[in-house]
Amino acid sequence: MADQPKVNKVVMIGAGPASLAAAVYTTREDIQTLLFEKGVIGGLAAITDWVDNYPGFAKGIAGLELAEGLRKQAERFGAEIELGEVMGLAKDGDLIKLDTTSGDILAEAVLIATGSDYKKIGVPGEQEYYARGVHYCATCDGAFYRDKHLVVVGGGNSAVQEAIFLTRFATKIDLLVRSKLRASDVLIKELEKHKDKITVHLGTTTDEIVGEEGKVVKVVGTDVASGKKVDFPTDGVFVFVGLLPNTQFLKGSGVELDEVGLIKTNLELETNVPGIFAAGDVRSGATLQIASAVGEGATAALMMRKHLEEKNQTHEIPAVPATTQLAA
Amino acid sequence: MAKDITIFTTNTCAYCVMVKRWLTSKGMNYQEVNLDTNPERQKEAMELSGALTVPVTVVTKEDDSREVVVGFNLSKLAPAVA
Repeated sequence: MADQPKVNKVVMIGAGPASLAAAVYTTREDIQTLLFEKGVIGGLAAITDWVDNYPGFAKGIAGLELAEGLRKQAERFGAEIELGEVMGLAKDGDLIKLDTTSGDILAEAVLIATGSDYKKIGVPGEQEYYARGVHYCATCDGAFYRDKHLVVVGGGNSAVQEAIFLTRFATKIDLLVRSKLRASDVLIKELEKHKDKITVHLGTTTDEIVGEEGKVVKVVGTDVASGKKVDFPTDGVFVFVGLLPNTQFLKGSGVELDEVGLIKTNLELETNVPGIFAAGDVRSGATLQIASAVGEGATAALMMRKHLEEKNQTHEIPAVPATTQLAA
Repeated sequence: MAKDITIFTTNTCAYCVMVKRWLTSKGMNYQEVNLDTNPERQKEAMELSGALTVPVTVVTKEDDSREVVVGFNLSKLAPAVA
């Protein structure tokens, strides 16, 4: 008979702010916790240039520094972070079985906190010039555009913040916004301070990324009001047009998703599958803020503790009728 | 077996931190070329990787053959340094 995989108390999928916060809570209570991360510890927060709205940091904090702090705090109490991937999961009796790059493992409770990745626009040239002129991470790739022209696509917080970050390198940035700016007022005011470098084009769609001899040379857009095509000569394009939840690995797991692929939970952050919880950007109804992800992580940890306590009580129940029978 | 590992990085690149952390966890030494402090070496990174991105990890094997891994991609990095 094959050896049973080790049974973990709690396994967390993803090591972003939600699960790192949850891990602080679980491990401080001596609940053994294993996290899996296939990308960056800290998630999208780690690749965000600067975080200005996370409580406790009066002057703001670099996203990478915040991620490092969250990691160190979780590890201080004994959280174990494995750099690997969870490809699927399913109920296995009372437990949850996870198919991972380290083989099958079991858990009494699972927290899914896989977050989201930046969406693609889906226009010609985007895939062809990926990483050779089309980018989704300003903090990773911005340095290649010193003294160059750039196009940034998007009108939300990420697009505005990363466009501002890219002014460290680029001499000119065209910010293409399909409708209107949806960034916070603070960021929009900050954007105005960089109008010498950043030109905002509201009501402008991004239709095609055009290259010549292997290099991006322009973006073709449409001015929605006039219907006219507009060329934006550029050396590179950074895309921040929304988020895509990382839930593809849940196909066939029985975990219920909403119409856009986010995980549905109840008020205790438990999914429709008992013992499987979700928190952070991947959860339907999440507010996509680091502070709220951390709060959800703390809540999920307390709910998982409750789940484990109830589960252990349930396991002790058979002893009661046995004693009763003896007494009878 | 890797004879030499060089990673091209930048100060703000979180994926670069992950590559360094993973190599350290495997007990492997590496040299780091920070493109923020050595911008003159950007061209070298671009020519090696064919991409305008970091991290770029260059693994030189015992027979002097080279393997280049772009990004933090364990499915490529692990066999490259094995």
